[in-house]
Amino acid sequence: MIRVVLPPPLRLLAQTGPEITVDVAGAVTQRTVLDAVEQRYPMLRGTIRDHDTQRRRPLVRFFACEDDLSDEPPDALLPRQVAAGEEPLLIIGAIAGG
Amino acid sequence: MSGVRVLVGTKKGAFVLSADGQRKSWDVSGPHFAGWEIYHMKGSPSDPNRIYASQSNSWFGQVMPRSDDGGQTWQTVGNKFTYDGVAGTHAWYDGSPHPWEFKRVWHVEPSLGDPDHVYAGVEDAAMFESKDGGQNWTELSGLRQHDTGPKWQPGAGGLCLHTILIDPTNPKRIFVAVSAAGAFRTDDGGATWKPINRGLSSQFMPDPTAEVGHCVHRLAMHRSRPNVLFMQKHWDVMRTDNAGDTWTEVSGNLPTDFGFVIDVHTHEPETIYVVPIKSDSEHYVHDGKLRVFRSRTGGNEWEALTKGLPQKDCYVNVLRDAMSVDSLDPCGVYFGTSGGQVYASADAGDSWSPIVRDLPAVLSVEVQTLA
Repeated sequence: MIRVVLPPPLRLLAQTGPEITVDVAGAVTQRTVLDAVEQRYPMLRGTIRDHDTQRRRPLVRFFACEDDLSDEPPDALLPRQVAAGEEPLLIIGAIAGG
Repeated sequence: MSGVRVLVGTKKGAFVLSADGQRKSWDVSGPHFAGWEIYHMKGSPSDPNRIYASQSNSWFGQVMPRSDDGGQTWQTVGNKFTYDGVAGTHAWYDGSPHPWEFKRVWHVEPSLGDPDHVYAGVEDAAMFESKDGGQNWTELSGLRQHDTGPKWQPGAGGLCLHTILIDPTNPKRIFVAVSAAGAFRTDDGGATWKPINRGLSSQFMPDPTAEVGHCVHRLAMHRSRPNVLFMQKHWDVMRTDNAGDTWTEVSGNLPTDFGFVIDVHTHEPETIYVVPIKSDSEHYVHDGKLRVFRSRTGGNEWEALTKGLPQKDCYVNVLRDAMSVDSLDPCGVYFGTSGGQVYASADAGDSWSPIVRDLPAVLSVEVQTLA
């Protein structure tokens, strides 16, 4: 069970609380976690990463275990604590704009 | 009993304002989609319970909510807007080639006869349609791939397709407007398009009368006369009597002919409304007075409508999609401001009163008249 914390605008869209959980079979990476999130919450497709390129939207950031993982390759393994469900993957909107 | 439902899109959510046919006592519902920009909402002419909305922000992109119960509940439908084929380039502000990139939906226009058939005008300028209630979107790429497409340049607000008007007598004829490319018409349901900008003159352009490059802010049509269109251009109020083949200026005695909105009285096709804005560098009303100007002669002769509107220290703007009319008698007229007020007139503009005063900045106002 993978824990994912959504930013408030996406909680509103998915009609969830701050934290959701998803199951990932196999390697736990940004891609597999986001695939699982979008599978369970299809209304989030296109809001975190581009529909076609699957690239992270420019003002979306990923954090876990106090590290900024935003620019990590999407197929890189996430920290062991995330894979173990001990720590969440944080999806946040960059502090930019107004 | 008849009633009206006013759909208000704002910088931080959507609001639904409802009243009976008297239009005196209002119920306010919202914010829906709190915190998101709602560029536009519009109901289907053939099923008023079907409403489409454009929900977006810079962080998380575009979302398309749809309601099937008149705005009480919403479901998210498709938000994948992919340009047809190789997107190519348009012109950037400095004239250099710039890739076509989808940013947001500015305007949703349900078709006249089928609630599942809906058009979307987007930035960077293109027209999409869905025939399955918004689940899947297909570009009508003949517009963007017009020979002039590589010359289109964005206006200050972006390269946006913001107006879609469907001819009620011939649904294959559709008019659109793009800032800052101009107005276009299709006569074959969107397969092919032609610029319809003859008669426009834009002094900021190297060739003021060029085929494209005009910053058209809004078009309006009366359903009984689809060949007559009215236009609020960046500067100048214009009209055409031949479906856009030629335009003539009808700014007349307006205090300034810059502005965004223009609309037509439901029962009087020669009665039109604008809200003059001081200038393109000062996006607020002239002289600190919020005045709607009405022409009963299809332009040129304008009267200021001020009763109930602030006449001093007012510096709001009224954006291009933020005026609408109902089809009751007398005709109701509605508009929203950058200051968060939504004003209504139940007597065709003779007098006004605010429905709400303190919403977020209003981006769009659409009205549904309910049986």
